[in-house]
Amino acid sequence: MTDILLDRRRLLAGAGYVALSFSIPAGDALAQAAAPAGEKPRLPGDLNAVRMISAWIRINADKTVTLLVGKVELGQGILTAVSQICADELDIDMAQLKIISGDTALVPNEGVTAGSFSMPNCGPAVRQASAEARKIMIDLAAAKLGQPAESLTVKAGVVSGGGASVSYWDLAVGQALEREATGTVKPKALADLRYVGQPVQRLDIPAKMTGGEIFVQELRPKGLLYGQVVRPPTYKAKLASLDSSAVEKTPGVVKVVRNGSFIGVIAEREEQANAAAQALFAAAKWDVEKALPGTDGMQDWLLNAKPNKVIETKKQPRAGGDPAVKTLEATYYRPYHMHASIGTSSAIATLADGVMTIQTHSQSVFETSQAIAKMLGMEPSKVRCQHVQGSGCYGHNMADDAAADAALLAAALPGKPIRLQYTREGEHRWEPYGSAMVVKTKAGLDKDGNVLDWDLTIFSTPHGTRPGGEAGNLLSARYLEKPFAMPTPVNGGAPNFAADRNGVALYEFPGHNVLTNFITDMPLRASSTRGLGAYANVFAIESFIDELATAAGVDPVAYRLRFMKDERARDAITKAAEVFGWDKWRKREGRGRGIGFAKYKNIAGYCAVALEVDVNKRNGRIRVLRAVASADSGHIVNPDGVRNQIEGGLVQSLSWTLKEEVKFDDTRVTSEDWASYPILTFNEIPPIEVALINRPGTPFLGTGEASQGPTGAALANAVFDATGVRFRRLPLTPERVKAGLTA
Amino acid sequence: MVTFKLNQAEVRVDAPATSPLLFVLANDLGVNGVKYGCGRSQCGSCTVLIDGEPVRSCQTPVSAAAGRSVTTLEGLLEGGKPSKLQQAFIDEQAAQCGYCAAGMIMQAQALLDRNPAPSESDVRTSLNGNLCRCGAHNRIVRAVLRAAKEA
Ligand code: FES
Ligand code: FES
Repeated sequence: MTDILLDRRRLLAGAGYVALSFSIPAGDALAQAAAPAGEKPRLPGDLNAVRMISAWIRINADKTVTLLVGKVELGQGILTAVSQICADELDIDMAQLKIISGDTALVPNEGVTAGSFSMPNCGPAVRQASAEARKIMIDLAAAKLGQPAESLTVKAGVVSGGGASVSYWDLAVGQALEREATGTVKPKALADLRYVGQPVQRLDIPAKMTGGEIFVQELRPKGLLYGQVVRPPTYKAKLASLDSSAVEKTPGVVKVVRNGSFIGVIAEREEQANAAAQALFAAAKWDVEKALPGTDGMQDWLLNAKPNKVIETKKQPRAGGDPAVKTLEATYYRPYHMHASIGTSSAIATLADGVMTIQTHSQSVFETSQAIAKMLGMEPSKVRCQHVQGSGCYGHNMADDAAADAALLAAALPGKPIRLQYTREGEHRWEPYGSAMVVKTKAGLDKDGNVLDWDLTIFSTPHGTRPGGEAGNLLSARYLEKPFAMPTPVNGGAPNFAADRNGVALYEFPGHNVLTNFITDMPLRASSTRGLGAYANVFAIESFIDELATAAGVDPVAYRLRFMKDERARDAITKAAEVFGWDKWRKREGRGRGIGFAKYKNIAGYCAVALEVDVNKRNGRIRVLRAVASADSGHIVNPDGVRNQIEGGLVQSLSWTLKEEVKFDDTRVTSEDWASYPILTFNEIPPIEVALINRPGTPFLGTGEASQGPTGAALANAVFDATGVRFRRLPLTPERVKAGLTA
Repeated sequence: MVTFKLNQAEVRVDAPATSPLLFVLANDLGVNGVKYGCGRSQCGSCTVLIDGEPVRSCQTPVSAAAGRSVTTLEGLLEGGKPSKLQQAFIDEQAAQCGYCAAGMIMQAQALLDRNPAPSESDVRTSLNGNLCRCGAHNRIVRAVLRAAKEA
């Protein structure tokens, strides 16, 4: 089995040592990409930025191959998928492969692992680098064996021809792979793929089921101490005074660290650190402000806030023609959502010999190491982040903050490894949420109910406040004695968009305008949460198109297909309807069916979701009886991996849509644990069927965020079908539904 | 000093009697098969068996384990190999991040010990207090049913 477990030798022996990066130092990848692009051929995916084959592939003397990637495992099977690709192109067994991922001193800088970009960017890079490495090996073997290269075959790294053979490990002396990829080697034909397309079991799952070593919590360096931080009572509170003397005398407490309004503590035991942090909070006096709009005031706040920018995401006025005979309008709202990882964020940091080494489950090891260097006033090359798996993150949760906080504590106690894992309350109340949003829609219709003009207006706070190399994006850096100001967030434009992600409907309408009110004030801290604006935008688009279908008296599937020209989108919608049994479905009292569709980001995976609900009109409870999803992710590398992503996204979106809303009053977030922020549980989860549409030979399309948008809309549409009442404000809690039904 | 049985072996730890069993297992005894999730008995990721009963180790003081038998994920291994239940989780690929998996498996083990042939709804009900954020629920249910069938 490919070696994917904790590489203790690298992770633990490495503290205080920065390996000489033989490839491109962190940070240069973008500069390279921008460099004389005209002179060099465009290479697939991230290979275009980091062009040396040796940066990706190493052939080891111990009869193994090491694959080095900048993307990291977030529990989505990415390392398994790229291993399948690499083993196929190199003609080795997967068991001969080792992976190093996300070690800033060792691997290609592939930026952030997010946005369903791993398969589109890392997959093709690994495929091309591996294919070129194989070609180099074949050429070396041809010379050695005195046989023409075309006559040679490779199996498990052994090249044979003319009755003789030689292995990669015998051939790979010195600098063989120390050259740039050329882009001229063709990857394998589909028929020759052995692992790609197969439901290969995830490499990391056995360890997770048997107590193997794989998570950051399982690294236990000698002399490990435990840290915890104390957050202010509210976002902007300032520490007025702190008498820490009693806490400092408590058994087990090693050090109290205070820097401005940042307070941290280091102790011999984890529970001692946690108790000391509580005691310090009680001992601290804070100046508190009252500034938040509160949960119920948020929709109005968004509509009335002054946007930092008004963006014309799409402007396509209708050219002439008849005026609309009818106009419909609607307003949709999604509240703040948490990432709500089951494991709170954690990191280990050690300052030794002037180097800060941090084991972290950050999605952005390169940029986070730079941000931490700035925060600590250290040389960027002296901060090394090593990715180690943590609990699933679903976007920018507190992984980076944990890395930064562990580093702040480690900097105060050089030579000691310090591990920190936030408390549940610490994570729930301080993580950067998925932004609340308002989406307004308006459609002008002809006499047959067809859309002539489609207008969508978005109101949102930021969706991207990742570290991005800036200390001010690390939570604690804002509370230091010399605070780092948070940079003004930007919205991010085409082709990914952020607040306006999927704001442009894939349907073709004669007039089609999308306007984005990008508000940079943030009542609550917000950042990338699975799908960014796509969840709210798809919820609005796919609810509204259903409203229009109802107004036109047309079946919702047929109505969608009227305006959908994209063949793959039509296939996805049709497939979901077919597998669901849309046409055979018969209405029963209290039951309803709904459908939703999106092509994620309009450039990634296609997904349609159809589901059936039962709504109890007495108490407002919605039961989801079953769900079907169709998914077209291009060429499928691992079918079970795609299914798992689609299912997981669907469940998470049902949870958001049915239950989730971050609650806050005028000073603070009050959703502080699983009782005050409930998520979906086993009894509430329907059977889910995923119908895959494979497109061999076409580009890999990201899947991790494809099903969330369509699911939310499908649910609201099904509730409408069951009750005749349209719900436009999320979540669809029993209280809200009951109130809506009796209104 | 607290003495108890951990996965059949006698252990003695020098930890305050009030320390949560979770931290003693993870930090003093190097057990990987317990995870901190909430510290409030709300998520189940820290679930272990004490004398066969599932407990949330985050809110169980280590003193409560004294003289008793504690089983963690590691203790289910049979001759170093995954047990039927663990293998069923692997075969069903019943995880995304897998952070919840240890608690899920321990909770399911307690169910199977009591009820070797559970229905799907028995499984869902018995796991209802264990949270998963990745949405691996249906895979987890299938894994438990598979283990029951293969036993
Ligand atoms: S950590 Fe014990 S139940 Fe959540
Ligand atoms: S698999 Fe990630 S929390 Fe369950």
